Amino acid sequence: MTRSFVKFAAVLMAGTMLAGVAEARSLKWARSGDSLTLDPHAQNEGPTSTLAHQIYEPLVTRKVDGGLEPTLATSWRILPDDPTVWEFKLRQGVKFHNGNPFNADDVVFSVERVMSPTSDFKGLWASVESVKKVDDYTVHIKTKGPNPILIQNMTNTFMMDKEWTTANKAEKVQDFKNKEENFAVRNANGTGAFQLVSREPDVRTVLRRNDAYWGKGKVPLEVSEIVYTPVKADATRIAAMLSGEVDFVQDVPVQDIQRLKSQSGVKVNEGPENRTIFLGMDVGSAELKSSDQKGKNPFADKQVRQAMSMAINRDAIQRVVMRGQSRPTGTIAPPFIDGFTPEMGKPPAYDVAKAKAMLAAAGYPNGFSVTLNCPNDRYLNDEGICQAVVGMLGQIGIKINLVAQSKSIHFPLIQKNPPETQFYLLGWGVPPFDSDYIFTFLYHTREGARGGWNAIGLSDKALDAKIQSLASETDLAKRKATVADIWAKLQDETYYIPLHDQLLAYAMKPEINIPVHPDNTVWIKNVSFK
Amino acid sequence: MSQAPAMTRISARFARFLDSDFFFSYRNSPVAIVASFLTVTLILAALFAPFLTPQNPFNPAELNLMDGLTHPMQAGLGSNRVFWLGADEQGRDVFSALLYGSRVSLFVGFASTIFSAFLGVTLGVLAGYFGGRTDALIMRVTDVQLSFPAILVALLVFGVARGVIPPEFQERVALWVMVVALGLANWAQYARTVRASTLVERQKDYVSAARIIGRSPAPIMARHVLPNVAGPVFVIATINLALAILEEATLSFLGAGLPVTQPSLGTLIRFGQQQLFSGEWWILVFPALMLITLALSINLLGDWLRDALDPKIK
Repeated sequence: MTRSFVKFAAVLMAGTMLAGVAEARSLKWARSGDSLTLDPHAQNEGPTSTLAHQIYEPLVTRKVDGGLEPTLATSWRILPDDPTVWEFKLRQGVKFHNGNPFNADDVVFSVERVMSPTSDFKGLWASVESVKKVDDYTVHIKTKGPNPILIQNMTNTFMMDKEWTTANKAEKVQDFKNKEENFAVRNANGTGAFQLVSREPDVRTVLRRNDAYWGKGKVPLEVSEIVYTPVKADATRIAAMLSGEVDFVQDVPVQDIQRLKSQSGVKVNEGPENRTIFLGMDVGSAELKSSDQKGKNPFADKQVRQAMSMAINRDAIQRVVMRGQSRPTGTIAPPFIDGFTPEMGKPPAYDVAKAKAMLAAAGYPNGFSVTLNCPNDRYLNDEGICQAVVGMLGQIGIKINLVAQSKSIHFPLIQKNPPETQFYLLGWGVPPFDSDYIFTFLYHTREGARGGWNAIGLSDKALDAKIQSLASETDLAKRKATVADIWAKLQDETYYIPLHDQLLAYAMKPEINIPVHPDNTVWIKNVSFK
Repeated sequence: MSQAPAMTRISARFARFLDSDFFFSYRNSPVAIVASFLTVTLILAALFAPFLTPQNPFNPAELNLMDGLTHPMQAGLGSNRVFWLGADEQGRDVFSALLYGSRVSLFVGFASTIFSAFLGVTLGVLAGYFGGRTDALIMRVTDVQLSFPAILVALLVFGVARGVIPPEFQERVALWVMVVALGLANWAQYARTVRASTLVERQKDYVSAARIIGRSPAPIMARHVLPNVAGPVFVIATINLALAILEEATLSFLGAGLPVTQPSLGTLIRFGQQQLFSGEWWILVFPALMLITLALSINLLGDWLRDALDPKIK
């Protein structure tokens, strides 16, 4: 009896020790929100793409320094005899997690899928006419006109296995905003360094190392298992980091950065994100439904929008709500991108008296009421920012009813057609590092492949024409001039009220090092234990 | 003219009250004196919050963001006013938030206690008076209710309400949803107690007499039985009040309670908890102390009331 107990205990201890060894290579990753879907073409949203980057891969990847790195494509060029055709040479010997080989058929399939109507990435591919397989490892992508920057748009276009996707009837991209589901939403089959073990949305996602990964030897690939856990409550997430329960927290709440920095056993990496936080207002509708102003839309008036922008004390938000972790800005373009100028980035002067006077001049001396929709688990202190905005706009008489919800409810309000919000907070990251991406998604009329996140009802044909011309402009000087011209008009119109660019902080165990990428993307395959 | 005799009558009653066992027991219980003093002070402070506080923390337009995170007893950068208990990250004065928060907490506590007492007493009297199937049915429902933790019932009601009520109205009715949720969670105790007393009372001669002279059941229950079973209800209600306040705080702490725009003490503690690691202790500590003081003093008062009204202990 006693002896068998001792044996049992010994086995148990040995088991724990073995588990301990394996445990050391597992990485527990916490973030405030979950990936919205595993379908890699359904949601163009940061955390969703970040998780997808562990499982799936694009043809080219954005490096931390902003440059491009060959991934599933080894080389690319614009055909010398036809400037409208991009040629991609594909990496050979790559296999999907199910063992299927990766080849040109998969690329043609994935690109066509990403260009389909329910895809959320179609705006990035709006200039593309067709995609063609030349041989098993060569693909030609034909654009409607010459598009020298197409490659910049491809860093979040993930390659799926044609055979697996069709066999599971997931050819149609999940229509996320209408709550559709397909096989690819909860299952995954990519070429990436990690493959899916289990997925419980909003609870936990477990990935395990893909031992047949093509990049073995090129990257450390030391993590054998990723446990990704969304932890919405700030204090709980940080408590988990401090107690060693998690190894990596991707979004350290601004109030905890100083504390974590002074803590031994935790390393904090900081860096600016290529993303601007702003407010969107419905400028196109005839009436503001949530307002006491019946039959009128105050947001349609430029003076009102400018007054609102002027009434926001961005420095106070930076100092108090963000505790310094933001850079107030006067444009929704982050400084990383092509087309940004320091003049654009200068926020409008904070002047409540002038804002009040402008609002009165526009015919709203007593202000108006409106509902503001806000996410509460997406951006740094998003709900706190909204509360501050409510207070500041309250001082010029705009009475705001604040509705703060999870991003999985908030984003569909913006994406639905017609949108179900007329005043909302959004943050827009710019993975292609180019102004065209902002114009196409946020300012172009919502039609066809473009305007997917334009929930402000803006429809300006002259502006649309200019935006479309960018995709096929080969003269870079001329393109630059058009971009500047578009920004000049947009800045004056204040269709969106820019607030600030986020500064990110990651917390991790000291033995690992995960640099802050401007896209806020991480690649766990690059993590090595010291 | 007619006021004078009324005054005499009132003062005579008051004199009788001062002379009673009840008051004697109060005078001799320092705990009861301190607890009742605290309770009354807190209730009055909550009631007159708008006159006692420098700002209305419910009105975002009165907040100055530059005052955010001001330490206790320091002047805010925005308004240059001294914040006795500091300010939170939105520039909300913690002292004002406390009084307004306890206002919400007390309102929810009182309203839900009255609601659950009404529901429980009605069902209890009905069960006890009619007996038979009515009794069996009501008591089985009570058993089911008692086998659920109250907080779970409240969460359930809250979840259903959130699903049924359209989002744009949710904020406006949140307070009432809370009252109903807590009321539905806590009525069973009243029903049980009142049923037992009613069973005893209805055997008594005065009830039989009332029945014989032809009064119908409703007035008998309301006019004759009810006053005689009310004693224990007050004791349960006092203890339940403290419980309801704590349950409300728990729900709000879990984020299933009152919204940001009308914070109760529980909501304030939830906000404060977010700053737990960053050194801004005052955002969490003061609302927590307030909640403890409030619940403790009401509880002590309830304990004393139970002892004072219990003939067996005397």
